[in-house]
Amino acid sequence: MKRIHLVLAGIGVLGALLFSQTHVPAAESKPIKIGALFSVTGGAPFLGAPEEKTARMLEEKINALGGVNGQKLELVVKNTGGSPEKAVSFAKQLIEEEKVLAIIGLSTSGETMQIKGLCEENKMILVSCAAAEVIVNPVAKYVFKVPQKDIQAVNWIYRTMKEKGITKIAVLSSTDGFGAAGKKQLETAATPEGIEILVNEVYDKQATDLTDVLTKVKGKAGVQAVVNWSIVPAQSIVAKNMKQLGLDMPLFQSHGFGNPKYVQQAGVAAEGTLFPAGRLLVVDELPDSHPQKKVLAAYKKDYESRYKEDVSTFGGHAYDSLMTVVEALKQAGAPDRDKVRDAIENLKGFVGTAEVFNFSATDHTGLDINAFEMLTVKDGKFTIYKK
Amino acid sequence: MEHGSLALQYLLSGITKGSIYAVVAIGFNLIYSATGIINFAQGEFVMLGGMVAVTLALYVPLPVAVVGAVAIVALVGCLLELLLFRRLQRHSVLHLIIITIGLSIVIQEVALHVWDEKVRSLPYFTGNEVSSIRFLGAAISPQVLWVLGTVVLVVLGLHGFLRYTLRGRAMRACSSNPDAAMLAGINIPNMRTLAFGLSAALSALAGCVISPMTMTHYEMGGPLAIKGFAAAILGGLGNPMAAVAGGLLVGVLEAVSVSRLPAVYNDVAAFAILLLVLFVRPHGLFGSPSADSVREH
Repeated sequence: MKRIHLVLAGIGVLGALLFSQTHVPAAESKPIKIGALFSVTGGAPFLGAPEEKTARMLEEKINALGGVNGQKLELVVKNTGGSPEKAVSFAKQLIEEEKVLAIIGLSTSGETMQIKGLCEENKMILVSCAAAEVIVNPVAKYVFKVPQKDIQAVNWIYRTMKEKGITKIAVLSSTDGFGAAGKKQLETAATPEGIEILVNEVYDKQATDLTDVLTKVKGKAGVQAVVNWSIVPAQSIVAKNMKQLGLDMPLFQSHGFGNPKYVQQAGVAAEGTLFPAGRLLVVDELPDSHPQKKVLAAYKKDYESRYKEDVSTFGGHAYDSLMTVVEALKQAGAPDRDKVRDAIENLKGFVGTAEVFNFSATDHTGLDINAFEMLTVKDGKFTIYKK
Repeated sequence: MEHGSLALQYLLSGITKGSIYAVVAIGFNLIYSATGIINFAQGEFVMLGGMVAVTLALYVPLPVAVVGAVAIVALVGCLLELLLFRRLQRHSVLHLIIITIGLSIVIQEVALHVWDEKVRSLPYFTGNEVSSIRFLGAAISPQVLWVLGTVVLVVLGLHGFLRYTLRGRAMRACSSNPDAAMLAGINIPNMRTLAFGLSAALSALAGCVISPMTMTHYEMGGPLAIKGFAAAILGGLGNPMAAVAGGLLVGVLEAVSVSRLPAVYNDVAAFAILLLVLFVRPHGLFGSPSADSVREH
């Protein structure tokens, strides 16, 4: 019996040797793992779901074209459900067990901030899809982000207001992180811009009806416009309730309005709503000479034909974050984390969905205020707002 | 805007919210009356009603979609009782209540997988998103009238059913004294199934009529159930008419609170008053103290 064991063991060793020998050359082309953390369900599915879909689509497309530097990409996607605790434990898993090259995503700023320190400590590249300023200020060596900052959206809104001669406004925001962040930026930027906030109300993000809050706006003399900072369904309910109450003044929404679906939800009530957003939503209006036209049109076409749903700016964030890593990988030439990090920092003129990115050692966002365009809704469609 | 019409506008806004809570609260009562269970998955029936109707409305006219959604969700309600609660009869009512909380999570997850995370809505039954009925300087969406009309019809229908039909009287018998009802030859398990089905149907109907205003998504059930539950408790459990009063009262309280305090406190105000009422009248404003005995049974 013993001998049989020995023989078997011998065969096993031989087999293993053969196996490893024949596969040694192939080891070169083992896939490059990239971690992706999105809030596909839970608090921010309107962000996470299109982000996940976009990332999956790009993974397939890149691999079909032969991968990056001859190596395939492998996305390890985890759904954080919008929970910071899950975000942390998944991030640890990606760093320690999956040993990914980089992590893209985290749909929300709250989650991103939970793992900013963790990634920095472990020298793990993080390219976040969340917008808050604090993610990249102070700069952490390994942490980047691709969406426009909240404050840039606020600046656009105030700039448009001044053009329209509006100085007295009402600010409505939801109780969640998104609403709270926007409210803060709106408040701090108001006085320097010469805007006076007469009504400043916060409501539950699950509110079923907001006519009472809007009645308060109606009862306050002198209010010239309403700014609302929340996500669906509340942002559509505000639009409807305003029209139902006969509150006849411009409604500004946050860049969170950037999904054609929301316009459908608010129906005719959305007509005339003003909001800052990336150019992805108005790609058809861009001249062919626009540097982003080709990238945006291709992404829009791919996404919409594959998923049979309208493209949103949020999916665009996933495009930007994944392609930033891919671009940097190409420049670095090898999946070496430090080289890739340096390559991201030196990335210039990279055309994304938000804008043309120019990263630097001090700017880990790589965007300026021109990443936004003021949009409005006309005949149920997004279009660039013209004075 | 002058003072009077502003006050009227707050009142109408309260009625708008309250009508939503009321229509959810009615569903709690039926199951509670027949089984003693407070079904925290009630909000999920509302959500399912809206979701199914939105899906059906893609293929059939709106009224057919609503009827279809009500029928399908009623079936779901019956099946839940048949497959789940009927087999758990040895457990105490408290256990069953906790099971309903678990059930609500399961239904949410299933809805997330069957549909997706997106927000949908039915079209307005009359007019559109911007139409409103104006009087004395205040305005209200016609959809609110649809909700209130539904509430009135449902309450009248339930009242008639529970009081004047044999089956309805049998259901009330189960609630007031199950042992005696059984001795009288009433099939109690079947009555419970009927109560679940009926309650699911009413909630589904609620989900359809409120969908144009509140919009429908997989997570909407939880918060609605809490508000509906508060309304049912405030009115007094076991009485659909009281649920309506409770719902409207919670809605108006919220609106009054918004008019005086920052809007973020509206839940605080509404729930503080709910607690106060419960200290003084533990069985709710219009409930009878004897309802407690059913709960403990």
